[in-house]
Amino acid sequence: MSADVELDRMTIRFGGFTAVKDANLRIAAGEFFSFLGPSGCGKTTILRAVSGFQSPTEGRVLIGGKDMAGVGPNRRPTALIFQNLALFPLMKVWENIAFGLEVRGVSRAERRKRADELLELIALSGQGDKLVSELSGGQKQRVAIARALAVNPEVLLLDEPLSALDLKLRQHMRTELRAIQRQVGVTFIYITHDQGEALTMSDRVAVMSAGVIQQVGSGEEVYRTPATAFVASFVGENNALRGRVERVEGGYAVVATEFGPMRGRAGPGLAAGSEGILFVRPEALEPGEAPENAFSAPVLSTEFEGHASHVHLGRAGEGKPIILSLPGGATAPAQGAPFPVRFAADAAVALPEGETAGE
Amino acid sequence: MTADRIRGLMMGFYVLLFFAWLFGPLIIMSASAFNTATPPTVTPWQGFTFDWFGKLFANRDIREGVGTSLLIGLGVVLVAVPIGLAAAVLMTKLRARARSVYYAIVVSPVLMPGVIIGVSTKVFWDRLGTAVGASYKSFFYDGIFLSVVGQSCFISAYCMLIFLARLQRFDRAQEEAALDLGASHVQVFFKVLLPFLRPAVLSAAVLAFLTSFENYNTTVFTILPEKTLTTVLASKVRLGTDPSISALAFLIIAITVVGAVAYEIRARSEARRLGTA
Amino acid sequence: MSEARLKLPNFGGLGASIGTVFTVLTGFWILMMILLPVSYMVDFSFRFDLPPGKIGGPEDVHTLDNYRYLLFGPPGSPERLSIFGWEFQANVLHLVVFFRTILAAIFVTGLNFLICYPVTYFMAQKARGGTARLLAVCLILPFWVNEILRAFAFRILLGGGGVVNEALIGMGLISEPIDFIRADVALYMGLTYAYILLMVFPLYNALESLDRNQIEAARDLGSPSWRIHWRVVMPHAKAGIASGCTMVFMLAVGALAVPQILGGPSNLWFTQVIYDRFNTSLNWPLGAAYAFVLLVTCVVFVLLVMRLFRVDLGEIAK
Repeated sequence: MSADVELDRMTIRFGGFTAVKDANLRIAAGEFFSFLGPSGCGKTTILRAVSGFQSPTEGRVLIGGKDMAGVGPNRRPTALIFQNLALFPLMKVWENIAFGLEVRGVSRAERRKRADELLELIALSGQGDKLVSELSGGQKQRVAIARALAVNPEVLLLDEPLSALDLKLRQHMRTELRAIQRQVGVTFIYITHDQGEALTMSDRVAVMSAGVIQQVGSGEEVYRTPATAFVASFVGENNALRGRVERVEGGYAVVATEFGPMRGRAGPGLAAGSEGILFVRPEALEPGEAPENAFSAPVLSTEFEGHASHVHLGRAGEGKPIILSLPGGATAPAQGAPFPVRFAADAAVALPEGETAGE
Repeated sequence: MTADRIRGLMMGFYVLLFFAWLFGPLIIMSASAFNTATPPTVTPWQGFTFDWFGKLFANRDIREGVGTSLLIGLGVVLVAVPIGLAAAVLMTKLRARARSVYYAIVVSPVLMPGVIIGVSTKVFWDRLGTAVGASYKSFFYDGIFLSVVGQSCFISAYCMLIFLARLQRFDRAQEEAALDLGASHVQVFFKVLLPFLRPAVLSAAVLAFLTSFENYNTTVFTILPEKTLTTVLASKVRLGTDPSISALAFLIIAITVVGAVAYEIRARSEARRLGTA
Repeated sequence: MSEARLKLPNFGGLGASIGTVFTVLTGFWILMMILLPVSYMVDFSFRFDLPPGKIGGPEDVHTLDNYRYLLFGPPGSPERLSIFGWEFQANVLHLVVFFRTILAAIFVTGLNFLICYPVTYFMAQKARGGTARLLAVCLILPFWVNEILRAFAFRILLGGGGVVNEALIGMGLISEPIDFIRADVALYMGLTYAYILLMVFPLYNALESLDRNQIEAARDLGSPSWRIHWRVVMPHAKAGIASGCTMVFMLAVGALAVPQILGGPSNLWFTQVIYDRFNTSLNWPLGAAYAFVLLVTCVVFVLLVMRLFRVDLGEIAK
């Protein structure tokens, strides 16, 4: 069984600091939903509010349509997987998994049976009598998931559970998590600062910054049609060209960038005469000249990465260099030489000036 | 090179001298328990004897004192360990500002001379007893009760420091995890926190008992007409020395050495077990 | 990071039952065992010594008499003290005992530090794992022997017919036994001996964490040993030194058993004066006043150490 989760105009403040501002969204039952954002953006606070460790300053949390105000974490149909897993080191593996049943007064034999079933689900059959400290990182990860699933939660909350694993294992666990979610059908709410995790696993993603949910949508949506400058700069690599918006018409906007007027799709809230940023993905830039959306800049350096080469182009101001991706086979351009590039207007998006990531 | 060698030798000689100073008095005292000479000494050696042990066991005051000391020690363990545990756990729940005030209050007994704790306990319960009109047979005027309370005042602080040290290594997320899995607060305490603290409970209990058993400064004020081993010893030693006290010292030293060796062997085998696991 | 810090206050919640039990236990301790007893002692020290029937009666009022007594003795006492030619009535006996106790305790603390520092340094920096462990066990052993028995051992050692006197006579260095007890040598040795462990442990913990390479580096730069200790080792061990010195001073100034056993007959320790008010010349309020003076002395000492060494309370009481 799984339940939907709704945040109803929820705000959480700690003293004068607003950790979450006016969060308003509905996560469907059975959905794999991720909150993506840099550390300190408030995503963990949202998770704690859903699990019941934190009560909202304003607004409500509803699970399965029921208001959760005054319901403690031990009475909610949620289970949380902690960032550091928080397995009980003094208990055996099966006792860890069956802990939720133990505190519900389930008999020992039945607990053991359920634990063995779950050990099978996570491919750790026969390891129940080991100590947690005898397991590898990935195995501990799976035990934490089994422990959470043992109590038949309607919503599973995951707080950056993969951040402690090495890269290989992390990529493997992504697939595994997604498979487990499909199998058990429980609503997954996943917190991460790693966009790769969020985009590959989730049905939908909420991108957060400074306590505000910037955009909610599928991975493709937030990548292709970012709603704010923050989303555009945080999700994936992006080149930002700043300037005054000259005009907005027919869904397109022209921005007077340092390289001259450039055209792209107009994002929400963009008005002529205001400051804007035109975002162009590195893979959208291609070498060559064109009547519009073309400029040239000196080559700073080229990084060869096998399947592609990244060319860094210098710009006049103090801004970050422009990056473009060339297919792996292309020959590296000469350093220092002016390099002409162009892009299609549909591949660029113009958004109002605002906070961008990593600056 | 040679200068370093000389320096090393001097250092070694000093350490040797230090430990000779540390153990010399105890060894001589132990030896004097077997010398017939009185007052106790090893020079001149007048003859080997076990008589002083017989005299020690025959001493009613000492037997009575040991009994009372054991009783008080047990009482202190039962009072100070739970208080130390509670105080340590509460401390971890306090906000930073309240915590420093709280900490200053609860560690103050560690830095307060035992004499003052004894005096204040004696005066407080006496005045309280007078105020409520308690009879002289009530616990307000009971030496054993007063000693347990007085000693627990600072021994609780020792226990708290032991628990705090252990709690520092406790991952608070475990509490939340248990709560999240549906455990009540009571279950979280008994199933997660207490098992984690168990080694600390054990060391706190041992420390509390031993500290109580050898306490004199506080007890001498709170014990009233009763006698503990330390008060009996002190009055005996002050009145005149007697080799039966050396005999007692020898026994205590022997027990301590055996205990320390046993502990060391256990710790080594434990270390070896964990090393191979 | 800010999130992690901000979560803390909300961690609370022990649950009603456990929280209540813990609060009651801790509250009982703080109120009934620490704060109220000390407050009552202080209050009592400002009262007259009355027979039980009059306590709480109209005569039971506050007074400074007990403190006046410590300074000036009984009214009309002929005892005089002269400082810089200025003579005044004084309780010479008790004042001398008080200041002598403090000075002696400071002396014992310093002596203890001088004796322990090289040994601890050796244990922490030179000795290898197994040896260091063995030395640590050897250090703890004597500590589990009762303080009274340890003092007794020194009495056997330094008494008239004791080993030391016999040895000195045997070597022909002296012809008559030296009265170490009357000369207070036994007392200072006994006090130093009694609290060794409390100096060694904090020192050891502090010195052990010092990176050996720092010493090597300093030596490499041509620094003489004493300077390495003064400039590198001791500053690193600052908190340990402060902690050890505080504990030893507190225990020495508050010692009762050792002075009772090893003290010369004419030289009293201040705690013995307090003891007498409660057990021999029964005058509790006066005893309480003296105890309060001792407490204030200790608080001043701790504050002084905290200021001097720039350490906080948590580093001293470990």
